[in-house]
Amino acid sequence: MVARRDSWLDQAAGPVVRPYAMTRGRTAPADGPQLSMIDLVAATGQRPPDGFRLAPEHRQILSLCHAPVTIVDLASDINLPVGVVRVLLSDLTAHGLLQVLPARHRPMTDARLLRDVLDGLRAL
Amino acid sequence: MDYERSDRPVTGRVSPVTAKILVAGGFGVGKTTLVSAISEIRPLRTEEELSDRGVGVDDTTGVDRKTTTTVAMDFGRISFRADLVLYLFGTPGQERFRFMWDELSYGAIGAVVLADTRRLADCFASIDYFERRGTPMVVAVNCFDGAPAYEPGDIRIALDLDPATPVVLCDARQKNSVKRVLIALVSHVLGQAEASPATV
Repeated sequence: MVARRDSWLDQAAGPVVRPYAMTRGRTAPADGPQLSMIDLVAATGQRPPDGFRLAPEHRQILSLCHAPVTIVDLASDINLPVGVVRVLLSDLTAHGLLQVLPARHRPMTDARLLRDVLDGLRAL
Repeated sequence: MDYERSDRPVTGRVSPVTAKILVAGGFGVGKTTLVSAISEIRPLRTEEELSDRGVGVDDTTGVDRKTTTTVAMDFGRISFRADLVLYLFGTPGQERFRFMWDELSYGAIGAVVLADTRRLADCFASIDYFERRGTPMVVAVNCFDGAPAYEPGDIRIALDLDPATPVVLCDARQKNSVKRVLIALVSHVLGQAEASPATV
């Protein structure tokens, strides 16, 4: 971390921690799959491996992922920017604490999904 | 109905199938109105790239290393059943959000391009974008009070649309009207899917 400490003490930012302070300055996941807004994540229930310290935000995410939840709902629930959530999620997937359940990549060719959506819309 | 997944969560719970539809169009055309007419709308914080457009608006003093700033956008969620959820994303119209469009349109069923007949040119950029990407779309003309009324056929000509692209008139404030727009989009996409079945 090379940023000077006073970089984070911006009065105009109000009483919140700068979002990327929670990711220790990282703005992109180190590796792993690129997560889409509607991909789902679910906690695996495994214990954190030795040497990986869970930040409070990691714990908060895990507590919301007992059942599969989309990235976009998760980001909305914890009121953090999507980019920050992605970095935090990549920490958890890299350590086996979270599993990613990808959304359909080509829903426009998935007739069954499209019919189900259509039925759902008609029933609204 | 259950979908087969090769990667069931180890927790053993059913994970829903998720799908998304984009809502695009010019500034002030009614994207947020349309999304909130039919779905539970939720706030989302995301990043936009800081550019000189932000000068005078955002105080960047002392944050010279910062290249993004946090902005709010909305999305809507419609849960059809416990195992099927549709998300609606109002794609931010400004140029400086353009970097998000690729991500938002990846894996989308298709897009609704909202148009206002008083400012038809405002939706050209959205139509161009989705045509280039091959993203299926419908053009929904939001019928504002006092706006000149045109036939969908005239609008199709004015926008130089692909003949297959549906054009529908709507009132973005009315749930049933928005529902018809979404049905028009999904029916259009389903028609294409059935005409050229995917190679599995």
